[in-house]
Amino acid sequence: MKYGIAAPIAALFLLAGVSAHAQTLRWSAPGDAVSFDPNAHTDSFTSNIEMMVYDTLVRRNRMLAIEPGLATSWEIVAPDRWRFHLRQGVKFQGGENFSADDVVTSILRTIDAGSRNKGNLATVKGAEKVDDYTVDVVLSGPYPLLLNDLTGIFMMSKAWLTAHDAMRPANISTGVTSYASTHANGTGPFRLESYMPDAKTVMTVNPDWWGKPEHNLERIEFRPIRSDATRVSALLSGEIDMIAAVPLQDIPRIAQTPGMKMVEDPSLRVIFLGFNWKPELHAMPGQKNPLLDLRVRQALWHAVDMQSIHKRIMRGKSRIAGTMVAPPVPGYVAALDKPLAYDPALAKKMLAEAGYPNGFTTGLACSNDRYIADEQLCLAIASMWTRVGVHVELKTETKATYFPRQDRGDTDTWMLGWATLPPMDGYSVLSAIFATRSGKFGGANANGMSVPALDELARKAAVELDEPKRLEMLHQAFKIAYDQALFIPLHEQPLAWAMKTSVDMPQFADEYIRPWFTKVH
Amino acid sequence: MFSAITSRLAQALLVMLAVTAIAFVMFRYVGDPVAMMSREDATPAEKAELRHSLGLDRPVLVQFGSFVGRVAQGDLGMSFRNQRPVATLMAERLPATMELVIVATILSLAIGIPTGVLCALHPEGRTARLIQTLSLVGISVPTFVTGIALILLFAVILHWLPSFGRGDVVHLGFWTTGFLTRSGLESLILPGITLALYQLTLIMRLVRAEMIDVLDSDYIRFARARGLPARDIHFRLALRNALMPVVTITGLQIGSLIAFAIVTETVFQWPGMGLLFIQAIGFADVPVMAAYLLFVGFMFVAINMIVDITYTLIDPRLRTGRT
Repeated sequence: MKYGIAAPIAALFLLAGVSAHAQTLRWSAPGDAVSFDPNAHTDSFTSNIEMMVYDTLVRRNRMLAIEPGLATSWEIVAPDRWRFHLRQGVKFQGGENFSADDVVTSILRTIDAGSRNKGNLATVKGAEKVDDYTVDVVLSGPYPLLLNDLTGIFMMSKAWLTAHDAMRPANISTGVTSYASTHANGTGPFRLESYMPDAKTVMTVNPDWWGKPEHNLERIEFRPIRSDATRVSALLSGEIDMIAAVPLQDIPRIAQTPGMKMVEDPSLRVIFLGFNWKPELHAMPGQKNPLLDLRVRQALWHAVDMQSIHKRIMRGKSRIAGTMVAPPVPGYVAALDKPLAYDPALAKKMLAEAGYPNGFTTGLACSNDRYIADEQLCLAIASMWTRVGVHVELKTETKATYFPRQDRGDTDTWMLGWATLPPMDGYSVLSAIFATRSGKFGGANANGMSVPALDELARKAAVELDEPKRLEMLHQAFKIAYDQALFIPLHEQPLAWAMKTSVDMPQFADEYIRPWFTKVH
Repeated sequence: MFSAITSRLAQALLVMLAVTAIAFVMFRYVGDPVAMMSREDATPAEKAELRHSLGLDRPVLVQFGSFVGRVAQGDLGMSFRNQRPVATLMAERLPATMELVIVATILSLAIGIPTGVLCALHPEGRTARLIQTLSLVGISVPTFVTGIALILLFAVILHWLPSFGRGDVVHLGFWTTGFLTRSGLESLILPGITLALYQLTLIMRLVRAEMIDVLDSDYIRFARARGLPARDIHFRLALRNALMPVVTITGLQIGSLIAFAIVTETVFQWPGMGLLFIQAIGFADVPVMAAYLLFVGFMFVAINMIVDITYTLIDPRLRTGRT
């Protein structure tokens, strides 16, 4: 690396260029990119960083709608074959021409047996070159969400991968280590200058980018800071221009600091409670599971005071939810987005009708470091349920142990957050959370829930290419979940960013940082 | 002599094995790497396949055996999180941690010894009492509180020093150093003080106690009686003798500094091995955690062994097998 001498010189240029147009964005977040190899991880933050260097065939615009990227148009030539017409005259940052060979290589590399994110293209069987600027993507069957999936599949250069012996993705199981893990060569708006994990990642603008720049950045310095207090300090001291993930307790302080501003909008991530559907609860072995009774589930919903959670715990920044997807996500129905009213008396009455006048005992399991204020949320809900006579055994723990426990079904009531990413479609909830766990369905349905009507909808929606029909199926699924109180949605958690007033960076509900829409004044 | 060293080496090897074994038992409770490595909506089949390909479906004893076997061949494995060789990750982080530890050691000696002497010479003086009180703070305040307080004062309020990171570093072969750039040196100050604080107070108190002891001994009294200048008595005779245990403690404490650096590195986003370890815990990245514990264990064992062997050289009574 030539970093040693380059850095001081770059610093000199920066000092000299403060008044000129050379704009630098210095930003920070708690985590770092784990790799620059797009096929060596499943981490969405890492994908976010990679997206600054790599382009995709289709991309999301300012409204998060899908628009042409490296593909200018596409058509479905057969139910299992989509044809993409590629943008011509695009060059990789290393100088290579972008063509159909690169697309075929990138897709095959993604679905390679050693690829860690092959699940993101689960229905793709292969890719075939038609001519230099036309590619066919071959599917295992009809599949409506291919474009959604392709918004996260990065186009790498075949020549570059070959030259650096990096055709196979880095993978711990196969023992492959890849040049592409620490280097990058995309067609994207920025090029990777240096990558020092946990210290600094530097990118510079790609002057040959095919897109029309809607930013004025010359340089991006990303410096991850894990400790919340230090990250906020670095912003306040002026060393950093923008930080993602601001701790709730620091928001008022930053908002009151001159020259700083907060940007806060609800994200796509719905936080909800789920139930145990097995014959017995872990907390009450040998007795019938009360949660199997609709009245009990509705009573628990009526017992949660959403308003005070919104005001006291989330400081007014969350968006109270009644359904399992956020408004921007296809499948959302406004009519369902109303939580059952807070009514402890009614809750008690319903419990009594269900045969539990003196309540019952249930576990409540939560993470304490994954979602915003997750531990406080569960403490509050435990006390609200206690008020209607339900005895709650609360267990909160770190995400590294909580999620495996939740996945084993080792819980009675449990908390989960779901952002429908990467496809950003209600089908993600239907297939992973609503459908019975078997085969490719029910990956996050760990506690034995099985509703035949939902299974059927999941199977049908998976292959429905007619969009209005498909959406209608999603609507039906969310209505069943609401009517049957299969889950208790709580809210969409807020996304809190802080930045200098000189930084103009739009916020996106999918939590992605998009510097190509960012201006620094 | 040779047999003494080999027996120490054998003991050291046993200790290392024990450290690894305990670590492997603990790993079962830090979480499941498969859950961390999978997509949010991964299917059960995907997870099972991953678990199998990582060899995590084998009994713990078998996993432990294969780990020890690989380490014996010099292979530390690959990180679950980065999919890169653990040895490379550790080598990238080693310079940051070592430079921080060196600075902390120098700071604690350079400040600890003079203040300790001062307190011993004028135990009832006002300065000595003030230093004594402050040293209590140094010992009792947790590292992260000290770190955050320093950041708040020197970075946020005064804007004198950077609040995090290593600054610009210069690459010298496999080593990266922050000693050669201005921002690198500035970045070392706050974390250096934070990490040094505990050891500094320890050394100060040790020097003070030893000095008071030595100053009370017969040969100092005789030296005074002979009319030698006070400076010669204090620094040539007394301090030299008082420093013997300080040298030992400093050596042994280097191991603790490396281990304690975890907290300091987290507060200051210092890209060293401690930060790597903390992130590995969050991800249940077993190969990195195992390698780090192995490394820290090795440092402790190695330093202890060097101290032991030095003692053996100095003091024949400590040689084993030859009583």
